[in-house]
Amino acid sequence: MTSYLDDGLTIRSWLTTTDHKRIAILYAIAITAFFFVGGAAATIIRLELATPQGDLVSHDAYNKLFTAHGVIMVWLFLIPSIPSVLGNFLLPLMIGAKDLAFPRLNLASWYLYVAGGLLTLEALFLGGVDTGWTFYTPYSTMFSNTYVVLTLVGIFVTGFSSILTGLNFIATIHTLRDKAMGWFKLPLFAWAMYATSLILVLATPVLAITVLLAVAERLFQIGVFDPAYGGDPLLFQHLFWFYSHPAVYVMILPAMGVVSEIIPCFARRPVFGYRSMAYAIMAIASVGFLVWGHHMFVSGQSLTASLVFSLLSFIVAIPSAIKVFNWTATLYKGAIRLDAPMLYALGFVGLFTIGGLTGLFLASLALDVHLTDTYFVVAHFHYIMVGGAVMAYFAGLHFWWPKVTGRLYPEVWSRIAAVVVFIGFNLTFFPQFLLGVEGMPRRYHAYPPQFQVLNLFSSAGAGVLALGYLMPLVYLAWSLRGGPRAGDNPWHAKGLEWQTRSPPPTHNFDAPPVVPEIVYDYRADERDPEGAR
Amino acid sequence: MNAATLPAVDERADPDTGKLGMWIFLASEVLFFGGLFIAYLYGRTTWPQGWAAASRHTDVVLGTVNTALLLTSSAIVALAVACAEDETRQRWTAGLLWATATLGAAFLAIKGIEWHADWREHLTPTASFAIRVAGAQQFFALYFVMTGLHAVHMAIGVGVLAALAHARAHGRAWARAHHVEVAALYWHFVDLVWIFLYPLLYLVERHG
Amino acid sequence: MAADTDAALSSSFRLMDAAASTQASRTDAIFLAMVLLCGAVAAVVFALIVIFVIRYRRGRHVDRTPPRELRGIEIAWTVAPLLVFLAIFAWAARDFITLADPPPDALPVSVVAKQWMWKLQHRNGRREINELHLPQGEPVVVTLASEDVIHSFFIPAFRIKQDVVPGRYTRLWFTATQLGVFPLFCSEYCGSEHSQMTGRVVVMAPADYGRWLASGPAQPDMAQYGFALFRQLGCSGCHDARSTIHAPLLDGVYGRAVHLQGGRSVVADANYLRDSILVPAKDVVAGFEPVMPSYAGQVSEEDLQALIAYLQSTGKRNAP
Repeated sequence: MTSYLDDGLTIRSWLTTTDHKRIAILYAIAITAFFFVGGAAATIIRLELATPQGDLVSHDAYNKLFTAHGVIMVWLFLIPSIPSVLGNFLLPLMIGAKDLAFPRLNLASWYLYVAGGLLTLEALFLGGVDTGWTFYTPYSTMFSNTYVVLTLVGIFVTGFSSILTGLNFIATIHTLRDKAMGWFKLPLFAWAMYATSLILVLATPVLAITVLLAVAERLFQIGVFDPAYGGDPLLFQHLFWFYSHPAVYVMILPAMGVVSEIIPCFARRPVFGYRSMAYAIMAIASVGFLVWGHHMFVSGQSLTASLVFSLLSFIVAIPSAIKVFNWTATLYKGAIRLDAPMLYALGFVGLFTIGGLTGLFLASLALDVHLTDTYFVVAHFHYIMVGGAVMAYFAGLHFWWPKVTGRLYPEVWSRIAAVVVFIGFNLTFFPQFLLGVEGMPRRYHAYPPQFQVLNLFSSAGAGVLALGYLMPLVYLAWSLRGGPRAGDNPWHAKGLEWQTRSPPPTHNFDAPPVVPEIVYDYRADERDPEGAR
Repeated sequence: MNAATLPAVDERADPDTGKLGMWIFLASEVLFFGGLFIAYLYGRTTWPQGWAAASRHTDVVLGTVNTALLLTSSAIVALAVACAEDETRQRWTAGLLWATATLGAAFLAIKGIEWHADWREHLTPTASFAIRVAGAQQFFALYFVMTGLHAVHMAIGVGVLAALAHARAHGRAWARAHHVEVAALYWHFVDLVWIFLYPLLYLVERHG
Repeated sequence: MAADTDAALSSSFRLMDAAASTQASRTDAIFLAMVLLCGAVAAVVFALIVIFVIRYRRGRHVDRTPPRELRGIEIAWTVAPLLVFLAIFAWAARDFITLADPPPDALPVSVVAKQWMWKLQHRNGRREINELHLPQGEPVVVTLASEDVIHSFFIPAFRIKQDVVPGRYTRLWFTATQLGVFPLFCSEYCGSEHSQMTGRVVVMAPADYGRWLASGPAQPDMAQYGFALFRQLGCSGCHDARSTIHAPLLDGVYGRAVHLQGGRSVVADANYLRDSILVPAKDVVAGFEPVMPSYAGQVSEEDLQALIAYLQSTGKRNAP
């Protein structure tokens, strides 16, 4: 029986494919490459920060490194990762469709992503950009002597990839669902893709216009952001964060969707509070558009604005809290097994909880005055982005690896790697909360000696974390040839994607899939379905 | 593409999916231009004197001519859609599409003339900007970005309509009625953006 | 004195810098409450996860009949956090509001930030670079200006921070409660040597501060220097009762309401005065022609601060 992998073996067949599953693989290769480039930048950063003096690289080189790390990780890794890899592969399967609504547009999205990524890499090779991933004006438009325009153009192009992917997913979910699958039978991963796509379609254009104005300012001094020409630096911040705050929900909602698929499967219980979870996803996406000013409490914006944004930031935390409680409640009276996907998923819940709670510290106005622009913020967002989104991406990779590749990976190594990542992550980033409280500012190349001890812990932890990320690279790659063949449903999971072969045929289903009466129809008191794994 | 791979997708893809896709894209476009409209609002309230001074210098004659051209073109493209969907009037579609594209091209030509005149009068937002009132330069900065972005969208629209017209004249399968409708939807949106731009850039405080 | 002033800057490992301002102790209270609250929530969640994973692990014989609906608990864990969040919001907001409102008698200090140093000036004219001497126990209001890009003025021991934005003034205020030397950091990335843009805040007993202030190199105080500029730049040529040019009189203008053309009215604060000097056509006073030339490029940030100090002093001089 042939699968989508056998359907054309030339490179050309891959580069001209419109099969959503092949496009997902193309994305996976590209984002993995970008992940390791961004990770290399982080490695040098942590090496430098092990000692207080700036003795490994120059000031300018360091500033370019943290900018590269941010730009690559945010736009070339985190934002596309789960939607463009797992979303692309799984969404049509999960709803019983043969492909996305616009398959050729999907391929165009990938090419736009690669083009934008290459432009950004080119800026890196030519000498880099040193504005920070936030490109605050007037530094980025009037003072920086680096490849700002080229990088911004790269981001602009990549943004269109996001918009078109979002468009594709929305149209797909609306029009290509199996007839028996009403909205409240959609897997939560599909809900997460839907909400994420709404944000992509509505927020990314604002980034596009912001980038356009910044480029025009830098090239022609049109005077929108630079006070020397009568412009307003805060206007840039408002426009930038109007996109960039919803963007963080683009990074976390898909992760939540993945975790909502994995925990029920390995606890053998339906997710607790399915409807609340779906509503919470939509609430996070919508309220997430209203909180951008919490990045600007000390920026000089009005007191009223700060009060409103702080209040809304507390409100947007409620649906996330509900999700954490629901995941925990899903475990109650389950029949739990700690396979690698479950280890990653539970790790996500723990680390996301810490990340989310520390967000409350930052939403508190008087506290934020002390904590903003310090390592507390750096720790907060790494807990959510790395402890959260990256853990969930790895969870998803491990969960659906058998479906995508038809192979199983070595169980023991995968569990070890999950634990190594969890330990390494906490060693790296927990000390950074303490550094922030002590007052160490962010983006500091060299720092006063009183901050060294915690920085040393953090850098040591980064080494462990790096090891944890390299392990899957090795054993997952190995499994492609050396791993045992997976059956259709090695995890005995519910969900339409498990009703087809591993790997699936190009047209996804040999026979029409059967939509179950209730979604997540797991029964913990069933006899253990495990035969040979 | 590979043999026997995706027939089902094209069969199942009904015209409404394409329209839905275009509507979603237009939603993103609203946010794209929306940022600029917000910036306009901000500028109008922050620099009232400067913007009043600048508002008197846009070419209201050319702007009005362009508005008339664009409104006419929208009417014509609507006719083109109607013809494409009417079995007895298929032949007219290509010609109507050509007419729309031509009007769009005329709009762009006039816009180019306008910009050239602005450049000669030192109204481009550069160091040699002519109106010495605080904020006037910001008006023209926004004017060029907004009309420039609109022009880029127009140019794409002209290209798509011309391609459709050509394809219909030569009987190509992809130029079917449904695609004409989707392209027209895009054209109407670009027209709609202009209908907001025109009063904001040419009429407000012209005689203030 | 030297020993304990430098003690705070030593490289000893300390979890949290001493709270050295009135605001600091209030911020620390919120912080502690948050740590306890969030710590408790996290502990409960983690404990439950661990307990469930162990108790309900596959293969263990335990009661797994599906639980009844837990509607009540769901509502509880939605409403309770909401109420707690609103309380925290209000508490932190209240403190933040007091940060926005300096006492009227606060000691003014002018700061100009530039890549990559802090230039500070006291009212009597004494200047410092990267160092700020202050009296203990008296409220201080710092007016911040930037010559180039956005910087941020951060004193961790005081738990206060404010971005310094080019093109406008921002300000912050605090009351130092402890003697000692405390680090000052720039906390908004500003280019190559952002991490080198650090300094020291030296808090002294009020009498010592007074002596220090008077002992610097002889120079005019800011208001006097501002008055000299006012004449030198030609301001008094128009802004004077005897002038033939019709221009608003500026005695006591600081803090007064000003009626603008078009019906709007603003309070003449530092930002208004600064804009009036640099972009005079922006907010023209009602009843006057927009004929004032701009001084952009002719006055430095320090000059502007001196001019405004002079204008602030006119009101006080002529107060009844």
